[in-house]
Amino acid sequence: MNQFQYVRPTKNKAAIDTVAKEQTAMFIAGGTNLLDLMKRGIVVPEKLVDINKLPLRKIEKENGAVRIGALALNGEVAEDKLVMEKHPLLSQALNAGASAQLRNMATVGGNMLQRTRCPYFYDTALPCNKREPGTGCGALQGYNRMHAIFGHSDKCIAVHPSDMSVALVALDANVLVSGPKGDRKIPFSEFHRLPGDTPQIDTNLQKGELITAVEVPETAFTKNVNYLKIRDRASYAFALVSVAAALQIENNTIKDARLAMGGVAHKPWRLTDAEKALVGKPATEQTFRQAAEIAMRGAKAFEHNQYKLKLGPNTIVQALKNAAAAV
Amino acid sequence: MDRVDGRLKVTGAAKYSAEYELPNMAYGVLVGSTITKGRIKSIDTKAAERAPGVIAVLHYQNAPKVPGYIQAAHPTEPKPVGQPHRVFYDDKVYFNDQPIAIVVADTLERARYAARLVKAQYEEDKHATDFLKHQSKAILPTHAQRNPKHYLNDYVKGKEDAYKGEPLKVEGEYVIPTEFHNPIELQAIVAHWEADNRLTVYDKTQAVIGTQNAFAKEWNIPVENVKVIATFVGGAFGNGLHTWPHETAAIIAAKKVNRPVKVMLTREQMFTMVGYRPFAWQKMGMSATKDGKITAITHEAIGQTSSYEEFTESVLQQTRMMYTSPNITTRYRILPLDVSTPIWMRGPGEATGAFALESAMDEMAYVLKMDPLEFRIKNHTDRDPERNLPWSTKFLTEAMQMGAEKIGWKNRKLEPGTLRNGEWLVGYGMGVGTFGSHRNRASARAVLRADGTVLIQSATTDIGPGTGTAMVQIAADAMGMDPSKITFELGSSLFPPAPSQGGSATVASVGSAVQAACNSLKKKLATMASGNAESSFKGAKYEDLAFKDGQVSLSSAPNTKLSFTDILKQQRLPELEATEESKPDNPERNKYSMYSFSVHFAEVQVHPLTGQVRVTKMVSCADAGKIVNKKTAGNQMIGGAVGGIGMALTEGAVIDDRFGRYVTKDFADYHVPVHADSPNIEVAFVDKPDFIGNPLGTKGIGEIATIGVAPAIANAIFNATGKRIRELPITPDKLI
Repeated sequence: MNQFQYVRPTKNKAAIDTVAKEQTAMFIAGGTNLLDLMKRGIVVPEKLVDINKLPLRKIEKENGAVRIGALALNGEVAEDKLVMEKHPLLSQALNAGASAQLRNMATVGGNMLQRTRCPYFYDTALPCNKREPGTGCGALQGYNRMHAIFGHSDKCIAVHPSDMSVALVALDANVLVSGPKGDRKIPFSEFHRLPGDTPQIDTNLQKGELITAVEVPETAFTKNVNYLKIRDRASYAFALVSVAAALQIENNTIKDARLAMGGVAHKPWRLTDAEKALVGKPATEQTFRQAAEIAMRGAKAFEHNQYKLKLGPNTIVQALKNAAAAV
Repeated sequence: MDRVDGRLKVTGAAKYSAEYELPNMAYGVLVGSTITKGRIKSIDTKAAERAPGVIAVLHYQNAPKVPGYIQAAHPTEPKPVGQPHRVFYDDKVYFNDQPIAIVVADTLERARYAARLVKAQYEEDKHATDFLKHQSKAILPTHAQRNPKHYLNDYVKGKEDAYKGEPLKVEGEYVIPTEFHNPIELQAIVAHWEADNRLTVYDKTQAVIGTQNAFAKEWNIPVENVKVIATFVGGAFGNGLHTWPHETAAIIAAKKVNRPVKVMLTREQMFTMVGYRPFAWQKMGMSATKDGKITAITHEAIGQTSSYEEFTESVLQQTRMMYTSPNITTRYRILPLDVSTPIWMRGPGEATGAFALESAMDEMAYVLKMDPLEFRIKNHTDRDPERNLPWSTKFLTEAMQMGAEKIGWKNRKLEPGTLRNGEWLVGYGMGVGTFGSHRNRASARAVLRADGTVLIQSATTDIGPGTGTAMVQIAADAMGMDPSKITFELGSSLFPPAPSQGGSATVASVGSAVQAACNSLKKKLATMASGNAESSFKGAKYEDLAFKDGQVSLSSAPNTKLSFTDILKQQRLPELEATEESKPDNPERNKYSMYSFSVHFAEVQVHPLTGQVRVTKMVSCADAGKIVNKKTAGNQMIGGAVGGIGMALTEGAVIDDRFGRYVTKDFADYHVPVHADSPNIEVAFVDKPDFIGNPLGTKGIGEIATIGVAPAIANAIFNATGKRIRELPITPDKLI
C-alpha cells in the first residue's frame, strides 16, 4: 500500500492546522469510504489525521435545535431518543443507509463527505472528470442507470449517495465547521455543490475546514414524515430514487411541507417549489401528484436512467402518502 | 444430525486456502489488462521492481515457461475446441482485466502497491462484448458440428416449429444477464514447489483430483508429484470446477522466486479471472389445445462464450423431457465474445433454460385461462419422452401437491392484478426444475482403529452442502456405529480418488464408495470372526451377521456378540483397512431415465407505484430420492432458493461495451440478495428412494434447488401485476 503518516490529535486546532498546512493530508473518522478510495488508489493521502479523539460526538439540545456532533455514529444517531423524538425523518433516513455494520462505523461528518458511487469514479482504468479532471465523463455515454437527472453538467452526471443528507437538507440543517480562518455555519443546501466545470469538488468546504457538528432546528415535522428509498435490493444498496417527505397537517389541510430527493443529483435535492404547491392544499393523492409533477420540472435523463422520470414522481407521491398516513 | 464441521466453521477454526501460512512465503498480486483485445506492446516494470519488498515482476517476456502450454499445441494431439487461457504465454490480450503480470513481494501490501506501478502499452484491436449487438454471429458448438449425434445439435421431434401454425400459442424472447457466483471466500491458492518436480498447492477448488491432473499435465510432472489440499471451501457454486489463470500464475511465480507464493483474487478480479453464468438469449414458442394439452414447443438458446475457448452447457434438456408434446424443437448456439470463459454456475444451463420454459408454461396457461398447476399436471409425463424410457423414479406430482398446499395456492387468483394486501399487489407463481441424477466413479478408504473409531477418507470436497456430515451418516448406517465414532476426511489428493463436487452427484458417487468401503470392512471383520476356531461365530456367513453399536452379532442369536475392537485384539491388529471403488455399473441403469425433480412456489407482493418487489413466502419441494440428512439437504434447498431470488430480482453484471470492461464489479454494484430479500423459505422432500441410481437411493439436490426458482418469482410477479418481465433481473424500474 501507499506509505502514509498517521496522527491522532486530541485538539480540534491541531487537526485543522495539519490538514490546512499539508497538501495531501486528510481527516479520517470512520473510514468506511476513505479506506476503499485509498485501496483503489483514487486518493493517495500522505498523512491521515485521525479525528476520533476529538470531542465531537455529543448529541444535545441547543438553542431550539438538535446539535449532532460530527463524530456521532450513524447508528447511534438513528437510535438516539432526542433525534427520534424531534427528527424522526432523520432517523428513518439514517436507517435506510448502508448496513448495520457500516452505520456502526460511519460518522455524521463522514456520511456528508462520502464520494459518489459512480463506477467510473472507482475504476482508475476508466475516464472520470471527478477523479481525474479532463479525462471525460465515463457515465455520460456509458452505463448511467444510477445517475443524475437534475443539476448535472456535461462534465459529470454523478449523484451524491447519502441518505442522511437528504433528510438534513429537507430539515434546513446547518453544518458547523471550524477552519484555519475560524468558525462558520453553512446552510445544508449550500454545503454540497453541483458539478459544473469542476466536478472534482464535491462540497463548499475549504481546505483544512473540519465539520464539528450538524445543527437541526426544531420544527413541527415530528409526526407526518417518511423517508422512502427505492433500491435494487431490500437492504445495503444505494438509492435508485429516495424521497424525504415531511408534512404538517391540520384538519386534512397541509400547513407546511418539506420535500427532498436523493439519488437524482450531485447533491441532496431540495424541492422547494413542490413544497409551496403542497401548502394550503388538502392532503390527498391528487395534491401529491401535482406536487410531484412540479418537482420533476427540469429533469433530464440519460440512456439508462429514463425510468427515474417516472419512478421519481411516483416515489414522491408514495412518500407523501406514507407521511400523511403516519401515526 | 448437526454438521460435523459446524463448530469449526462458526469459530473460525476451519482453515481455508488463503489462510495457509508457509515459512518464507511470498505474496503475488496480479495486474490486469486495461484493454479488451489486442497485444501488449511493452510493459514497464521498473518502478514496481524498485518498490520496497518486491522480489519479482513476471510477465510473458520473463515468466518461466509452462511446459504444458507447448504440449497442448502439439500437432499430434486432437484439435481442441479452444483451450483455457494460458497466462503469461504471449503478448495477446483476449479480455479486459486479463492477467498480464504478477508482482511478487514479501508482504501482500507491498505487492499490491507495486502492482499499481506496472504500466503496459498496448496495440488495441476492435473488440466485441455486447451480446445483443453481435447475436447474429452465434455458431453451433464445434462438438456438435463434428458429431451429428452430439446432444448440442438441433433437436426435432415431430414437426419442426409446429407451434407457428397453431391458433393457441405464445411466443417470447428471454434474456438472462451474466451472473457471477460470488462465493464469500475469494479464489485463493498457495503454491509451493517442494522440489524441482514436486508441487503442493493449497487451492480453492471443487476438484482435488481434477486440479492435480491439470497441474501435472501443465508442468509435465508425474501426477503423484502434485499434491492438492482443499480441506474447506467457502462456497463455490461451480467456479471451482476449472483451474484458472491466477492458479498457474501463482505456480509460475513460486517456481521463479523459489518460495511458496500465495495469490488471492480481489472481489473485482472475481468478475474477470474466474468463470460465470453466461449471458443468454432465448426464444420460446408454445402451442396447446383448448383443453390444455401442449401440441408443440420450440426453444432456442444462445449462450455467451469467450473467443479462445468454447463453453457450452445444457440449457434445453428440460424442454426435451419435461412435458408431453408431440412436437418439440430445440436449437442451441454459442456466441464467442471478447470476454473471459464462462463456467457452470449452480443449476448450470438448466436454470437458464427453465426460466424460459417455465415462464412460457405460465404464459400458455393464461392464454388457456387455466391454472398453471393444473396445466402442468395435465402435461405430466410418466416416461421420458426424449429417450422413450421409464423414469427410475419420478414423484413430481406429489411434490407439486405438497408445495401447493403449503404456499396456499388456492388463494391465487386466475386474473392477474386482482389480489391486494393494502396498497401492495399480491401474486402467486410456480416453476419446475429438473436435473439429471448423476453418479460417477469414486473411491473411499475406511480404517477401523484399535479404539473403536473409524476414519474414512476420500478426495472429494465440501463446498458447503454438508458432504462431511452426510458421509459420516452413511458410514455410521453402514457400519452400525454411532456417528460420533466416525471421522470423514476429504479435500486432499492423497486420499482415494473422487470426482469433483459438481452436478449434484457427490452423495450418489462418494456416498456409494463410502458405503462400499464400510461393507468391505464389515466383510473383513466377518471373515475374522467366523474364521476364529474358538469363536461362537465359527463358520457363520456374512449374511448371517448383524452389525450394530460397534458389535457383530448373529442374526439368529442377537446375544452372541463380539465388538469390532475385540476382533482387532484377537487378530493382534492395530487397525483394519478397506479401500473400495464404486461405480455406476448396474446394468438396470440403461433401462431407465434418471432425474431429480423440484417445484418452487413463490408468493410476492409488488408495489404498484414504486415497483418494489417483496418475496413474502417461498416453498420448495423436491423429489430427490432418499434424503440422507434433512438439515443439510434443507439448507441446500434454501440456499438454492436464495440464489434463485438473486437471479430473479437482483443479480446481473454490466459491461460498458465501449471499454469492454465490467462496471458492476463489487458488492455495492452487483447485488447478491441479502437476508431482507429472502422470506422464510419452507422446504419439503418427497423422500422416496431411487435404488436404480445408486445403492443409497439418493438423487441430487444442489442444482434443482435453484432451477425453476427464478420463473416461479417472475410468474408470481405477473400474477400480481399483469406485467410479464422476460429480462432478468426484475428490478423496480421494470415494474413501474
